[in-house]
Amino acid sequence: MEERKLPLPEPSPETAQYWEAAKQGRLLVRRCTECGRAHYYPRPLCPFCCSDKTEWQTASGGGTIYSFSVMQRAPVPYAIAYVTLDEGTTMMTNIVDCDFAAIRIGMRVRLVFKPREGGAPLPMFTPA
Amino acid sequence: MTIKGKAYIAGAFEHPTRKAADKSVALLHAECAKGALADAGLTMADVDGYFCAGDAPGMGPLSMLDYMNLRVRHADSTDTGGSSYLLHVAHAAEAIALGKCSVALITLAGRPRSEGMATGTAPRPGNPAQPDIPFEFPYGPTVVNMYAMCAMRHMHEYGTTSEQLAWIKVAASHHAQHNPNAMLRDVVTVKDVVESPIVASPLHRLDCCVISDGGGALVVVAPEVMKSLGRPRVKIIGAGEAPKGQLGGDVDLTFSGARWSGPRAFAEAGVKPADIQYASIYDSFTITVLIQIEDLGFCAKGEGGRFVADGNLISGTGKLPFNTDGGGLCNNHPANRGGMTKVIEAVRQLRAEAHPAVQVRNCTLALAHGTGGSLGTRHGSATLILERE
Repeated sequence: MEERKLPLPEPSPETAQYWEAAKQGRLLVRRCTECGRAHYYPRPLCPFCCSDKTEWQTASGGGTIYSFSVMQRAPVPYAIAYVTLDEGTTMMTNIVDCDFAAIRIGMRVRLVFKPREGGAPLPMFTPA
Repeated sequence: MTIKGKAYIAGAFEHPTRKAADKSVALLHAECAKGALADAGLTMADVDGYFCAGDAPGMGPLSMLDYMNLRVRHADSTDTGGSSYLLHVAHAAEAIALGKCSVALITLAGRPRSEGMATGTAPRPGNPAQPDIPFEFPYGPTVVNMYAMCAMRHMHEYGTTSEQLAWIKVAASHHAQHNPNAMLRDVVTVKDVVESPIVASPLHRLDCCVISDGGGALVVVAPEVMKSLGRPRVKIIGAGEAPKGQLGGDVDLTFSGARWSGPRAFAEAGVKPADIQYASIYDSFTITVLIQIEDLGFCAKGEGGRFVADGNLISGTGKLPFNTDGGGLCNNHPANRGGMTKVIEAVRQLRAEAHPAVQVRNCTLALAHGTGGSLGTRHGSATLILERE
């Protein structure tokens, strides 16, 4: 199948570390040490309690599909999804390397990285 | 402090065009302004407040104010996508209540159809400074697949079916057959909808709204101006607004900001969902309507599928006549922003100026609601309750 070309937007200074980790095959989530909650996408100030005491945590790579949609009307069809990470927060992603017709909400998935030309690879998920 | 009874919608105009390759966006805005002012019995010289959103070309309201040579004392260009214009009506009422203006003009126009815009199916890069962009745009979020994920989750949690969603399009098509300006005037069946091609699962082509050029405008005035005009009086009695996003990563796609904006509007108006005789409900997709109907309290959360089925939204037969112009699903979705036309059809209903085949009898209380942005990521919600005086 034809490969989908993945865009590479400029990261913000405060999320550079997220993309550096991605180059090493690690997915980072941001967790607040004050209220204890993980959030997504990562921000230095906790969106729940506004504390600046947030830190990076390496995600285990396990998750569950919260919702998804297979974009049929596209040059190369793809599956977009929200995956709830085992760390407790939910991220937008793609479900890859599988039969799109078999994707279900509630399905267990695991992290994979897909390369992007000229930059950090993108965290995606495939059925576990 | 309330806006209840502090302002009226005196003028409303929907541009008849659905394809305007020969006109600029600025001209469409101005034509809409002229039409709404004529409808109210007012002129450009009477306007002392102006409202527009991101579809208006130029910096905020500045280019359009200059183009129309308006000398206003109040302007607001808050942009919450397609819901902006409902919010503008409320903000205009606030400004009028505070004496900041007395004749507020609101315009919308655009030509995505002439420009060949792949509105729903092409990922749009947005502003690179937007903090969510690096974490979303590369995955290919489009308008359709973001709403499709809401539908998929709603189906999962509540057993909603594609057939139930299809009834929303069927109802819109029943109304559009009477609108000579509507883009899609053929009555469709549930089978037609569910057999149309999937764009982004589980949404079919006929679950989606049209892509149209055009625009619309509204004129909101102070009570003393309204009295002098001799036009039917459409009073603003309640408004609510509420943005909703991904909740810090606690994503919940089964509800919209209408859960918060609706009760605010009902409380201000002092009415209940059951009192509403006609509802304009934003219909970018069938699922948009279903989720908002639940959130606004027309039925319980999760009951939307059963509520919309079997023609319950069709004027004359159903309990909740909706979008009697054919809505965005069949009539018009100018500039990819449907909030303006939602207000305009509510005004028509309250003035008894809707098509006789879809006019709600003795319609004195109507609701208009809009969602702008994306239900699947971040959106604005705005609810208005209007009363015929």
